[in-house]
Amino acid sequence: MLRFEHVSLTYGTQKILNDISFEIQEGQFAVFIGPSGCGKTTTLKMINRLIQPDSGHIYLNGQDIASVDRYALRRHTGYVIQQIGLFPNMTVAQNICVVPKLLKWPKDKCDQIVHDLLDMVELPYDQYAHKYPGEMSGGQQQRIGILRALAASPPVVLMDEPFSALDPMTRRSLQLEVKNLQQKLNKTIVFVTHDMEEALDLADVIVFMDQGEIVQIAPPEEMLEAPATDQIKEFLGKHQVGHDPASLTVDQFMRTGIITVKEDRGINECVSRMQHHNVDTLLVVDKERRYQGTVSIADIRLTGHVVKSIGPLVRCTTPVVHTGDNAKACFEQLISSGCPYLVVLKEDETVAGIVTKTSMASAMAEQLWG
Amino acid sequence: MNELLLSILQATARHTGYTLVCVAIGFTLGLFLGICLSRLPTLSRYLVPLLSILNTVPGIVFIGVLYIFTGMTPATVIIALSIYAMFPVLKNTVTGLNGVDAQYKEAARGCGMGHLQRLLRVELPLAMPTIIGGLRLSAVYTVSWAVLAAMIGQGGLGDFVYQGVSSNNNALILQGAIPAAILALVLGTLVDALQKRVVPRGLRKGGAGE
Repeated sequence: MLRFEHVSLTYGTQKILNDISFEIQEGQFAVFIGPSGCGKTTTLKMINRLIQPDSGHIYLNGQDIASVDRYALRRHTGYVIQQIGLFPNMTVAQNICVVPKLLKWPKDKCDQIVHDLLDMVELPYDQYAHKYPGEMSGGQQQRIGILRALAASPPVVLMDEPFSALDPMTRRSLQLEVKNLQQKLNKTIVFVTHDMEEALDLADVIVFMDQGEIVQIAPPEEMLEAPATDQIKEFLGKHQVGHDPASLTVDQFMRTGIITVKEDRGINECVSRMQHHNVDTLLVVDKERRYQGTVSIADIRLTGHVVKSIGPLVRCTTPVVHTGDNAKACFEQLISSGCPYLVVLKEDETVAGIVTKTSMASAMAEQLWG
Repeated sequence: MNELLLSILQATARHTGYTLVCVAIGFTLGLFLGICLSRLPTLSRYLVPLLSILNTVPGIVFIGVLYIFTGMTPATVIIALSIYAMFPVLKNTVTGLNGVDAQYKEAARGCGMGHLQRLLRVELPLAMPTIIGGLRLSAVYTVSWAVLAAMIGQGGLGDFVYQGVSSNNNALILQGAIPAAILALVLGTLVDALQKRVVPRGLRKGGAGE
């Protein structure tokens, strides 16, 4: 349907587009996104020849657009811009009919188009057709802007950040409307935005550009799952699906680097270690570093004068879980046990880390807010 | 008394004739050159200030210079006044066309309008309030400049004024000045009426497109 082949553009010494090639299928909603100056708008404007490439070819339905009369091309390509650009000297009906009139369609056909299109976006003809753009809100104006682009039923519609000047509520309803229109009329839409949420909502395929090059072309789901670069990841931001919360394991949230002590060590060493690390409990391990239990400063104070090593003071009351255990089950165990923490062990029973209520809270926060 | 009225009417008619012809020629020239200059931004950057300077040359000097070439004919008056009538229209046309918001030009291009269609359907209608403003200035100024026609014996209301000044006769001066003032008012009103007709409704005050 729409194919770019090795398209490049240079202004002076600055490369605007660097050897761009891609293809968009008929009926697809393609959204171009990227940081400002990445070349997305330039790419869009090449499709209706508002900007000419230095080299390369652009094919629309298999025909090189360089060989098509530029005015004819534009009349058969819808164009919606951010500033809306409805002609203030024309009524809504006249604005909608700009392109059909340029194509010299008969007047009754033009009237029919105005009726049909206004119907489609549920703006009553009697109320709106003879209004001037300045008498309407920004959202209504851009609705008409979209209708103007659709009036001559072009197969391709280009939209250059059409909603970025609108308030969030209006933007949302126009996004839905455009998506509906696109599916109802089976248009190919090329849409430029800097808003990833918009891209994810609308696109069949997202084209991510940076510095005049295409970084990744993928459907939204695929881009979310496997962003090609850190930059895309950053753009995806909070929309990125973390891992499915149900499949999280406890080792993703545990605290590591836990202080341990061997069971045959003396009381004094144990106490100095506690002081040094500013903790009141140590995890006790055997010679093979396998977990044995915990020893607390309270127990040492109580009975430390009768024993030399800590072995007899070790308690095994702290619940134990293993790496790979389901995070949610572990959290539930932590809450119900009433203990301040859980000990997480590796398969060989050595200590992997602990889970505290703090690590649990930060894990939940991460899931909620990213 | 009847003779006096007749001579005033005749002079007024001649004066009005000069004014209308010169404003018409000046408006056409100004509009045409203004459109051309607005398409050539680099040229207009130098030419528009230059024209503004020319505009400050007193009409009396210009008619004097032109008199050397074209003599004591109505042509001298018409050429000189037409050129003066052209300046406000030219300047306002350039200002008006350059002032058309880029979004409308972009939308017009994107819709597939050619140069002429863009000019006629979008740019000129949007620049029309400014252009008509230029026409108004031009009409009112030309009424007063047409007094200079009498300087080279080409009649008009200037006859009374010159005679009055040279014979120190105030009544004679007013006999020329009052009809000229009325003519200026009438022409101004006519241009205002025209403004209402040609400025698109969406651009009018209280309406749209501001």
